[in-house]
Parts: sequence; C-alpha cells; structure tokens
Amino acid sequence: MPETEPLPYRLLDCGDRALTIELGRAVDPAVNEQVVALDRALGAAGLAGLLETVPTYRSLLVLYDPERLPRATLAAWIAGHWPPPAGADGGRRRWRVPVHYGGAHGADLDALAAGAGLTPDAVVALHAGRDYRVHMIGFAPGFAYLGGLDPRLHASRRTDPRPKTPPGSVSIGGNQTGVSPPLELPSGWQLIGRTPVRSYDPTRAEPFLFSAGDLIRFEPIDRTDFETLDEAARGGDPVAQAEHINA
Amino acid sequence: MREALRVVAAGAGATIQDAGRRGYMRFGISGSGAMDLDLLALANALVGNPGDTAAIEIAMLGPTLVCEADRCRVALAGAPFVLGLNGQRLDAYTACDLRRGDRLTLGAPREGMRAYLAVSGGFALAPMLGSLSTHTRSRLGGLDGTALRAGDRLPLLDPAPAAQPLTLPAHHRPRFGGPIRVVLGPQADSFTEAGLRTFLTEPYTLTARADRMGCHLDGPAIAHADGFNIVSDGIVNGSIQVPGHGRPLILLADRHTTGGYPKIATVISADLGRLAQVRPGEAIRFEAVSVEAAQAIAREARQAVSRRLAAMIPAGGGSLDSAFLLACNLIGGVVSAEPHETAP
Repeated sequence: MPETEPLPYRLLDCGDRALTIELGRAVDPAVNEQVVALDRALGAAGLAGLLETVPTYRSLLVLYDPERLPRATLAAWIAGHWPPPAGADGGRRRWRVPVHYGGAHGADLDALAAGAGLTPDAVVALHAGRDYRVHMIGFAPGFAYLGGLDPRLHASRRTDPRPKTPPGSVSIGGNQTGVSPPLELPSGWQLIGRTPVRSYDPTRAEPFLFSAGDLIRFEPIDRTDFETLDEAARGGDPVAQAEHINA
Repeated sequence: MREALRVVAAGAGATIQDAGRRGYMRFGISGSGAMDLDLLALANALVGNPGDTAAIEIAMLGPTLVCEADRCRVALAGAPFVLGLNGQRLDAYTACDLRRGDRLTLGAPREGMRAYLAVSGGFALAPMLGSLSTHTRSRLGGLDGTALRAGDRLPLLDPAPAAQPLTLPAHHRPRFGGPIRVVLGPQADSFTEAGLRTFLTEPYTLTARADRMGCHLDGPAIAHADGFNIVSDGIVNGSIQVPGHGRPLILLADRHTTGGYPKIATVISADLGRLAQVRPGEAIRFEAVSVEAAQAIAREARQAVSRRLAAMIPAGGGSLDSAFLLACNLIGGVVSAEPHETAP
C-alpha cells in the first residue's frame, strides 16, 4: 500500500454528545483508509466515556459521554495521536461473496448492459473481476457501500426508485456498488444480482459480516448454487468466506 | 402459561422501548430507545424498576391492555393520556396495581404526544443486540420487531410488586413546550447567513410525517450556500438535515445512520424529550446554544430527574422508605429532596 500524507482534519460538533472528525469532503480511498485507521486507533485506546464510533466515507462520527470524556480531552487525544498509524491492525479481510447475476435476481442487468454497450456476461465479468473496498456500512443494517467500480459500469440511479427490492440485492448506483442485507429495502439503484449471503442476521453468532475497510470480491454462481447456499444461510451459515490479507 | 399483558387494541404505533442499543451504528443500526429517556426513568421508578427497564412507549393513541397476571403494577409518565382501569379514571404519574382480568385503556392525550407505561418487573423478552428496544426497520426488539398488535401477549418477568406504589406529586411533574435548543453544525457552513437566520428566527411546523425515525418540518425555506448534496456521513439522534427543498428534517431515535444532506444543527440531548411531545400541526422555534452550554443544560436536566425521583411518595399518603429507593437503584448522581422545580 502506498504511503499516504497525513490529512488535515476538522472537528465538527454534532450536538453535546458527538463529534464528526472530518478528513475530507469527497469519496477518496486514501481518505477512507485514514478514517478506518483512526477508528481502529480510537477503538484500541479504550477511552472511558467513548460510547460508539461510526466510520463513513470521509469522516469518523464519535459519540461520547461528556461527563466521563470531556470534549477537550477527546480533541487532545486526537491531536496527540495524529496521524493514526496505517495498517496497525496487521491487515484486513477480503470476503468472497457468491452472487447469482441477472434474471429475476438482477432485474436491471440487461438494461444496464445495453446502456453500457456491453453484453450481460461482460458486465458480470467486469463486476466480479476485482476487489471492492467497503467504504462504510449505512442506510440500513449491514448495507455495504463499495468503492472501486469499473467506470464502464457506472450507471445513474433509476428515475423511479423501487419501494422494495429483493433481500441480498447486489446493485449499482452512480460510481458505487453495494450489497443489501436480507431485508426488502427501498432503492433507486440498478439491480444486477442477488447474494445468498446475509450481511445482517441478528440471530447469528456473528450478526454482521462486513466492516468499513474490508475488501469484497464477488463470485458468480448459478441458480442451483444460489438455492443451496440460500438454504444454508437460512440455517445460520455465513456462506461467505473471509481471508485475512496483509496491508 | 406465563403471566402477561394482553393487547386488546393496539393504539397507534405503541412500541417496547428501553434505553436503546449501543455500538451498532457502525453496522447501520441506530440506537432506538425511548424518545424521552427521562420519562422512561420516571415511569419505571414509580413501579420500582431500574430506570432503563423496557416499557411501552405510547404515541398519540394508546393501546387497551388486559392483565393476565395475578398482580402487576403499572404507571404512566408523560403526556396526559386519558387512562382508565375497568372504566374508572386513573391519575398519571401514579402507580396502580392490576389484578387478573383488569382492563387498562389509554385514550388520546389532551396535549403532547408520548408517554411511557412501565410494568413492575419489566417484560420477559430476549434482548436483541443488547436491547429490547423495537426498531421496526431492522426487525429488532419488542415481540418480533414490530409495534404492538391486537392479540399480542407481552410476557411479564416478575410482575408481583414488592413495595408500596408510588406517585409523583403534581407540581413535580415535567412540563413541556418552549424553544428547541440546538448546537449549530456539523455542516452549518453549507448554508448562507440568511439561511441560518431563517432557521433560527422563523417558526417551523411539524408535518404529519413525524414518527420515531424523524419529523419533517414545514416553514420558510432555508437557503443552502452551494448545493445540497454532501458525501454521506454519520447522523446522530437530533441531527437536522436540510434537503434540497430547504425545509428541515429532524432525525430521531430510529433514523438512518448515515445520510447525504447537509446538517444545519443538532438538537441538544436535553431537548429531545420535549421535541418528542410536539404534535403534527404544532410549531417550534430553534435557539442556538454552544456545546458547553448544551452540556451544562444536560447536567441540569439529570439533576431535575434526580429531584423528581426523590420527590416520589407513596400513593395515597404515608412516607417513603429511602432505603427502598436506593435498593431499587433508582437514583444515579446527586439526590436533592428540595421540592424546587426548574423549567426544562
């Protein structure tokens, strides 16, 4: 991984119990890299009164209890530990996520391919042919916003968003791609496939699979494999494999 | 069969809520929990529960419940809902013992919007992600991640009340109303000076689109400085987004965790409870305070809760055993017995 310059940051108050530490204003993998590094550094510090952190594309939201962790103490900690050490966690995870592309599981695949001047198979090959970075989890439980989409697959959102989309939808919105949790979410993104992987299952020992900073690689599967894996996932099997890779 | 409260009529969006869940915003799940944590604590104290025990949060129209336990103690804190036991009026902020077959009805409130019905011992439900709080969008909490429905049986943990029923004398009960105080930002610089002035001087009316996720306001449009899209970042309870149409949207307990509209300000933690009492059609005004002032106001609000807990007396007269209060772990922090009332 290339060395990145320490970024300037801004502390933005979100009321009396939260701060946003803003590292940038645009979607940028280098910015997100430092957001994740800061999140890990803060988590490892174990500051009393630090309630919860939320890594996003370009900032880290920190919820704190001002009675136990005064704002000034939190601000001083950040200043004193800047920049956060990259890769201090010793690596990250790459998930292999099976996807059944097209058909009833990817209602917009053909139209998206036509719009891009590609065959549906070529779209699948491009989409499944690279690693994506989880920029953040948001919008809904376990919904993963992924960066790194091939520019040939960039596609505008639908003008008529769907009030409900199938659980586990894999979709494209603008220059991003995403994986839905097993919930019927409203969405204007283009649906290209479905995964049997349940990124969120509150009854499973590990309720959430993906975290900001993880890598995701999609693997095309056929309908039969989808059904088999979906059955296993229903029983609590994550059906996605994570490998640890060094940063 | 386990002792329970049976829901005969569901009312409008009543949900089980405790103090909420923590640590899952990073996975897309907001904290949920009672929209007014102080009222939750008061309702629980009246029936002898720890303050963060799950209770029924009632909004606008309450449910009708039948007691399917030998004995069970309930108390209501919050907006003045019409409360009846077998057709007889009951006082709010006063614990009442139910017997098997008793029918508790909650109507609509004269004013305000929300109240908490606490039950002695709490509910025998399994926490999901560390909390009983209902979050319908994530299908978490409550009976099965939904609002109360007619026919539900809410299982009770240990409903037989141990000590005497309590009441909070009328002059100690919380009052609502007044401006909603905010800390400007995190994206106040996304708005023009005129836009900020509009936000802080004009009244905004709650629309019908107001629930536990958030409330859409109507009023003069707030001018953005340069566009209304930002790259999504985190949203807290009380964040005030201003989408392209210029009218604010306050995000609340069950909100999305991230969003891409600039946030002009954040409602201070101490005023979230009062905001939860504003009805659709009613107007609010915003008033800016500093972070330091907001933190001081929050401390003051906690002391007000402690004073209210200390002011509780046995229902129907008599004196309260202070050892009982301590045993119930009701009071955190300073307890002052002074019957001094401060406006919120």
